[in-house]
Amino acid sequence: MITTMYCSFCGKEEAGGDHEFCRQRLSMIDPPRYCAECARRMVVQVTPDGWTARCSRHGETASAR
Amino acid sequence: MTAAPEQIDVLDEAREQVLERGVGLTEAQVLKVLELPEERIPDLLALAHEVRERWCGPEVEVEGIVSLKTGGCPEDCHFCSQSGQFPSPVRSAWLDIPGLVRAARQTRDTGATEFCIVAAVRGPDKRLLSQVRDGIKAIRADGNDIQIACSLGMLTQEQVDELVAMGVHRYNHNLETARSHFPEVVTTHSWEERWDTLRMIRDAGMEVCCGGIIGMGETLAQRAEFAVQLAELEPDEVPLNFLIPNPGTPYENYPVVEGAEALRTVGAFRLALPRTILRFAGGRELTFGDLGAKQGMLGGINAIIVGNYLTNLGRPAQQDLDMLEELSMPIKALSQTL
Repeated sequence: MITTMYCSFCGKEEAGGDHEFCRQRLSMIDPPRYCAECARRMVVQVTPDGWTARCSRHGETASAR
Repeated sequence: MTAAPEQIDVLDEAREQVLERGVGLTEAQVLKVLELPEERIPDLLALAHEVRERWCGPEVEVEGIVSLKTGGCPEDCHFCSQSGQFPSPVRSAWLDIPGLVRAARQTRDTGATEFCIVAAVRGPDKRLLSQVRDGIKAIRADGNDIQIACSLGMLTQEQVDELVAMGVHRYNHNLETARSHFPEVVTTHSWEERWDTLRMIRDAGMEVCCGGIIGMGETLAQRAEFAVQLAELEPDEVPLNFLIPNPGTPYENYPVVEGAEALRTVGAFRLALPRTILRFAGGRELTFGDLGAKQGMLGGINAIIVGNYLTNLGRPAQQDLDMLEELSMPIKALSQTL
C-alpha cells in the first residue's frame, strides 16, 4: 500500500515538492490547515495557548501545550 | 539666524514638541521620520522610548485575543485569510462558550489585563451578540475579572449600547490604513463607515482601540497620513500589525516588512501618538524576530498581544513575559485598569 502524505501548510503532496517555505511558516506562525493524510482542509481553532485542527475524515489533532 | 526648514533635524523638533510638550508630530514631520536613514534609527527609537515613558509611564499592557467566529466573512479585506471571497485555506469555525472561558483563563494566567473577543463579520447579528453576552457571563462566573474588549465589525447605535450594557470596556475596530489607500485594500465597505462606528464607540464611553496593518502597498506618505488620521481620532489604543502574507489572499505574495522599516514605523507612530497605548500586534514574529521585538519595546511600544493571534500563532506567552522581565518593564496590573 502506498501512503501519500500531504503538506499541512499548502495541502500539496510532500513527495517531490519543495516545502521549505511551508515548514518555516509552520514552525513560526501557522497552525496546520490541511490534513496530512488526505489533504482535506481542516477546521482550525486557534486559542491563546494552542490550536486544534479537525479533519472530517481523520479526526482532531491539537498542539502540544 | 534661524536654520532653514530643511536643515532642522526632525528628531530635534520632536524632542521639543513631543517629548517636552506632548504634541504629536504633523503628517509632514512623520514622513520625515519615516525617511530617516538607517543610521538614525537608534536615535529615533531612543527618543520614542523617552516619549513613551514620559507620557505613558513604564508599564506594559498585556492582552490576549481569541477568535469567537472564524472565517466566512463577507467582506473583501485583501489582507485577511478569513474573507469568504478568497481561496484561503481558513475554514469557518465557532468557538463554544466553554472554549471561550478557557481562552479567557489562559489569558488571565499570563498576567494580562485585557482579553479581546473577535469575530470575522461585517457586523454582529443577534446570534453573535447573544454568544458574546453568554460568553462574558460565563467568564465572570468562572471568577475571571479580566477586562473584556470586543472586535465584532461595524456596529449600529443599538449594538454599541448593548455592548456597553454587557460591560465591554474597549472596542477594537481598525481603520487598517490611510484613508487614501483604503479603497485599494477593501471595496465592500468604506473607511468612513469604520470611522462612524469608532465615533459611536467613543461617544458611548467605551475605550477606542483602532490601528492597522503596515506593509499593504501603502507609500511612506500614506503611512504618515495614517498615523496622523489615527491621532485625530484620539484612540486609547493603537494596535500596530505588520502584514502576514497569508495564502489565498490577494496579498499572499507581498513581501514581509523589513525590520528596519518596521522599527522606523514604530518610532514614527509613537511620535505621532505620544499618549496612546501602542501595541505590538500581528506579524511581529515574521518582521522582527526576537531581537527586533526588544528594539520595538525600547522604541515606543508599551503594549503587546501575548500568545496566539486569531488564525496565526504567536510566540509562547512566557517568552514575551521573560522579555519584559529582561527589559525591566513592569506589566500593568489589573488594579490599575479598574
